[in-house]
Amino acid sequence: MASFRGMKINPKQFHKSQIKFYLVLIPMALFVALPILFIVSHAFKPTNELFAYPPRFFVRVPTFANFRNLVRVASDSGVPFSRYLFNSILVTVVGVFLSIMVTSTAAYALSKLKFKGKKILFEINTLALMFVPIAVTIPRYLTISRMGLIDNYLVLILPLIAIPVGLFLVKQFIDQTPNEIIESAKIDGASEMQTFLKIVFPVILPAIATVGILSFQLIWNDIIGSSLYINDESMKTLSFYFSTLATLQGNPVAGQGMMAAASLIMFVPNIVIFIFLQSKVMNTMAHSGIK
Amino acid sequence: MIRKMNNPAWFLLPYVSLFIVFIIIPVIIAIFLSFTYFNTIQTPEFIGLRNYIELLTRDEVFMQHVLPNTIKFAFIVGPIGYMMSFILAWMLAQIPHRPRTLFAIVLYSPSMTAGIAMGVVWTVLFSGNATGYLNAWLINFGLIQEPIQFLTSPQYLMNIMILVSLWGSMGVGFLAMLAGILNIDQSLYEAAYVDGLRNRWQEIFYITIPSMKPQMLFGAVMAVVGTFQVGAIGVQLSGANPTPQYAGQLMVNHIEDFGFIRYLMGYASAISVVLLILIYSISKVTFSLLGDKE
Repeated sequence: MASFRGMKINPKQFHKSQIKFYLVLIPMALFVALPILFIVSHAFKPTNELFAYPPRFFVRVPTFANFRNLVRVASDSGVPFSRYLFNSILVTVVGVFLSIMVTSTAAYALSKLKFKGKKILFEINTLALMFVPIAVTIPRYLTISRMGLIDNYLVLILPLIAIPVGLFLVKQFIDQTPNEIIESAKIDGASEMQTFLKIVFPVILPAIATVGILSFQLIWNDIIGSSLYINDESMKTLSFYFSTLATLQGNPVAGQGMMAAASLIMFVPNIVIFIFLQSKVMNTMAHSGIK
Repeated sequence: MIRKMNNPAWFLLPYVSLFIVFIIIPVIIAIFLSFTYFNTIQTPEFIGLRNYIELLTRDEVFMQHVLPNTIKFAFIVGPIGYMMSFILAWMLAQIPHRPRTLFAIVLYSPSMTAGIAMGVVWTVLFSGNATGYLNAWLINFGLIQEPIQFLTSPQYLMNIMILVSLWGSMGVGFLAMLAGILNIDQSLYEAAYVDGLRNRWQEIFYITIPSMKPQMLFGAVMAVVGTFQVGAIGVQLSGANPTPQYAGQLMVNHIEDFGFIRYLMGYASAISVVLLILIYSISKVTFSLLGDKE
């Protein structure tokens, strides 16, 4: 170990000195992946396999019965499954778009524009990284009902748009963009907003992707919005419907298959988006430090 | 219109107004309500520090169960989750790009399963009857005769909560630390070995951690916040709030218990304020601990 053996971080290819890391990483990855594999397998189990004793981990005769049941139970309770799905997709798409725009513009201002109170604003936001929304559920509810937003689609979106972590990450990322490209755009007579949209936005796409993922996860998985701020059953989201399954179903074992199917439906979009954008996320994270 | 947008207000107003409405104002209302008696029907009645005094001196459940549980949970899940994130990120940095990406996605994936969605896995794995997987295996191997009520017996619930939380602790902070390690300038290592660095431990403590301190701090904040946010898990696992004999009761559950079950909003707000202060102080302590290592 006495001398430096050359590139050890981020090696280009496999070397036998890496085996010791794989010996830790492979079991860890298996432990972490097991519950997720279980959900996948469980979601496709027919009833007799869900009830089986001794229980089996992997499905033998896969079926879509659990997914069909999800759709059936929804329409039995009065709201078609497609309605929940539509609501979820609508608020997620609109929410992610708004979150990206709102966060990135603010981040640009905090990074490149000059105005009074800039430093304090960023510090308040950094402080808000420690904010735990769940702690203020009650006052948030009071604020929202006072604003008359109960039973309004907006309430599924607005509380989740300003994400302090998102702003923080984009701001740190914009800090790395050279001022020259911004200056040259301004010399050509572009306004700040034009400069941002045409010049800066394309350059900071990795950070945008990261905010997109964060806000997607927040909005797509959110249950609080539908359960507290929306009384109209037909305006609630998929994640809320899934969260009611446990109590909706009298039989916990039959419900299990449906809940597994529901978890899978919630999980798949998250992982697919992350896999597609992971290199962008890593790029953003390189600038994520608190300085 | 876009041609004339030069004022920083155009950029800041949307974010700042949402930030104020949904973060600042709720926090202020929580602080205000914490000094009142408020049952959601009558107007809040100012009672001074009574909620806080009650919380710290009379609320036996809080002092005997909720606070110790929260501290135990936080002091195990926080540091272990954080160290696990760092060690795994460090190991991932030592292997080539393709397997690293694969492992990183797998390790990060639990934090995408957010809350209730995954409840079913754990309830089925730890279920107290014979169809629970863990019980079935243990009986099968002859380790136990009768199924253990993992999720409803106080002595197991907390440990299962800790396990489940650690399972999902490789989140944004983990990604940040991985990116941080990968971005460290290679020449720093080379120079350090020339200067007499002798082994990988020294390498970690003298080069790696100091060079990525910003990411370490970011990861620490994420670890602290994440730890306090997953509080709902005990209620989810045991299916009851309060959890059996308050074994898995954390501050977040206590807030919910008083706020949405008993409708004592003033009292619940006092607990919220204490929780926010607790998170803030723990983050500060963590900062100064990490700062000292430089």
